[in-house]
Amino acid sequence: MSAQVVTENVDLLEKFPQSVKQDDRAGYAGYIVSADHLLEVVRFIRDDMGFDYLASITGVDYLPNGLMEAVYHFYKTSGGPGLVIKTQVDREQAAIPSLVSLYPGADFQEREAWDLLGIRFDGHPDLRRILMWEGFAGHPLRKDWHEPYYEEEGKPYKSRWPEGKVYRREDKNPFHKNVDYPAGFDPDKWVPDDDSTLYASVNKISSAGGESGIKTDYVIVNMGPQHPSTHGVFRMVVALEGETIRALKPVMGYLHRNHEKIGERNTFLQNMPFTDRLDYLSSMSNNFGYALAVEKLMGIKPPERAEYLRVIMAEFTRISNHLFAIGSLLNDMGAYFTPMLYAIEERELILDIFEATAGSRIMCNYFRFGGVARDLPEGVEEKMRDLAFKRLPRKIDELDLYLTNNEIVKARGEGVGVLTPEQAIAYSASGPVLRASGVPYDIRRADPYSIYDRFDFDVAVRYHGDVYDRYLIRVDEMRQSVRIIQQALNGLPKGPIQEGKPQYLVRVPAGEAYGRVEAPKGELGFYVVSNGKANPWRYHVRAPSFVNITALETMAKGNKVADTVAILGSIDIVLGELDR
Amino acid sequence: MNEGLNKPEYEIPPEMKHSVAITTIDRIYNWSRRSSIWPMMFGLACCAIEMICTAASRFDLARFGMEVMRPSPRQSDLMLVSGTVTKKMIPQIVRLYNQMPEPKYVVAMGACASGGGPFKEGYNVVSGVDNYIPVDVYIPGCPPTPQALLNGLITLQKKIDTQSIRDVRWYKKGTSETIPVPVLGPDIMDPREYDLLRQYTFQKLNPENINQPSVAEQEKGS
Ligand code: SF4
Repeated sequence: MSAQVVTENVDLLEKFPQSVKQDDRAGYAGYIVSADHLLEVVRFIRDDMGFDYLASITGVDYLPNGLMEAVYHFYKTSGGPGLVIKTQVDREQAAIPSLVSLYPGADFQEREAWDLLGIRFDGHPDLRRILMWEGFAGHPLRKDWHEPYYEEEGKPYKSRWPEGKVYRREDKNPFHKNVDYPAGFDPDKWVPDDDSTLYASVNKISSAGGESGIKTDYVIVNMGPQHPSTHGVFRMVVALEGETIRALKPVMGYLHRNHEKIGERNTFLQNMPFTDRLDYLSSMSNNFGYALAVEKLMGIKPPERAEYLRVIMAEFTRISNHLFAIGSLLNDMGAYFTPMLYAIEERELILDIFEATAGSRIMCNYFRFGGVARDLPEGVEEKMRDLAFKRLPRKIDELDLYLTNNEIVKARGEGVGVLTPEQAIAYSASGPVLRASGVPYDIRRADPYSIYDRFDFDVAVRYHGDVYDRYLIRVDEMRQSVRIIQQALNGLPKGPIQEGKPQYLVRVPAGEAYGRVEAPKGELGFYVVSNGKANPWRYHVRAPSFVNITALETMAKGNKVADTVAILGSIDIVLGELDR
Repeated sequence: MNEGLNKPEYEIPPEMKHSVAITTIDRIYNWSRRSSIWPMMFGLACCAIEMICTAASRFDLARFGMEVMRPSPRQSDLMLVSGTVTKKMIPQIVRLYNQMPEPKYVVAMGACASGGGPFKEGYNVVSGVDNYIPVDVYIPGCPPTPQALLNGLITLQKKIDTQSIRDVRWYKKGTSETIPVPVLGPDIMDPREYDLLRQYTFQKLNPENINQPSVAEQEKGS
């Protein structure tokens, strides 16, 4: 069922007989490592087995067994299948050693697991809440934590279905709002968090003394959450020496929409439209990742035509996403809105295709388990051909011609916000950010899914790791996507688009699966645990924007404030996915 | 140019039609305001993307005189709440609203801003921005298409047309009301509701009170 993680010949069991055992639960794969020896085992996994890339960290609350489990997915940047290990601890005193010292990319992911699940990571340098605010009551993803609008563990709710009545949930709340407070709480005694821990964490780093060795006072500046350059509700706290950035802490959660908690109440299929709203610039890719994860659990595969349609849609999404990313990057550099208008013009044409096929411009909800929702309506294939063979190649060239050698783009981009390949891997960066730093790692090639192994395309890679290269790589990738779409359109077979009958309530056998795709912004992974019921027991999204932002401080340090805006733009974040 | 500005009762000789308009103060006041609404550059979530598309090449917000998006609340007339309002963000939104000078309008764009939308049951989601600030126009949709957004903005213009300089709130005596900024406690807290809150948490603490009417029932009775 979930044999996606094939392990290496080097046997962890032989090497660590005391502390590692096979995960032999039905539908599970990988190893269970005891918490006391985690660091030792992971060091071996990294240094001797060569798994240099820590893709995802998350936790699962196994309430019936009283266990809290941390799940780690490792990969090699040279390609190939991954390795999954788990650590189980008592859920009442959940404490696990932090991996930040081995993989700096673990930083934010561990903070997230602490915030939402209450797993304490010992040795983490800065373990604060990340999505919710300091002072929030409880760890919301724990299975015994109930939200104010709680009704039942899983949908469909009996009160509404099949013959229930519709009522407004707020009518049942004494405040007529989505709020709840602990017993005996007194608002007059409450001291709201004044961000002192946040500022302390900025200061801790900045008080080490500048380049000159002379200790200067740093000025702390807040950018956001309402700031035109942050692409949404994102906040950065920077410590400045003059105009130079000495420390930077991202603050997020302003768009935390509780995707995972809602996802664990939803049925499997109900989650599909929610994935649209993760990275709302590329809903098709999000659908793809989730469909793959659940299909792995169910052990089904879509028919040929559906596979082709999926690839075509995903690649069109990549182009439209990169157009938008380049447009907004240029906005951030000061080319106020002109390149953006050109980029959006092309994007609109792609959205027309989505609207005609899926019914919605940006919230496509197009993929189904074992297929896609609708076939192409009449005339759409011609439109796609026209775009892929004629219009888009020309327009990408045009963009290239006007922007790539533009003096300002070069001046603002070259040598700014450099991320070395070693750093990029260590920070678990993915997608264009990783490849612009000279690491040719593309999941479509490194660990092919769907039918990507049939197409002829190059993995775009650039070597300077600066803002300029992160711009260039998006132009390269659009060209490659056009190539893939052309081949897919030429090979598009006739036939059914759905395996079996479309079902509302799918049967998903118990087990776990990690489905990952190369989304426009990087590795998008869905970790889904099923216990055989109608709702996922655990539903975790490994969002590329969220993990990529871990490297922001490293990129920004030593640059000017104004450059941070360009650096952030070059990472291409989307808040729906960053905060989930 | 004076179309919509001229009061129809007044006949103007055809040769002067392009240069002269006879109108009332209310009309010219509303006409100029409705044709130069400056929205705040303020995107919350997915709906903001459709807002950008509406402002861009194909749909062109400039036709309505609304293309001047200001990142600063102090220069804007319209807060387009384009996306999911979270508890962590609502203090900032209220603060921004308070910082906007009168006359000011609020448009709730999309299901989330109007009532919580698909994420309504989320523990960090506010079920509608109107829990905290007054809303002038609601636009349904998830996300509303650019056409729907334009329709909503036209609706706002119509609302502006009905206002009269004599009774608008910003020419009344005194300063306009500021909305108390919500506080991030164990959950989001509205300072206007502290009495109710105390009553509720006290009741929760003493299970023997359980047989007494709950706060909700008392509310209903009163
Ligand atoms: S209404 Fe829909 S599209 Fe708009 S912010 Fe909410 S989820 Fe996103």
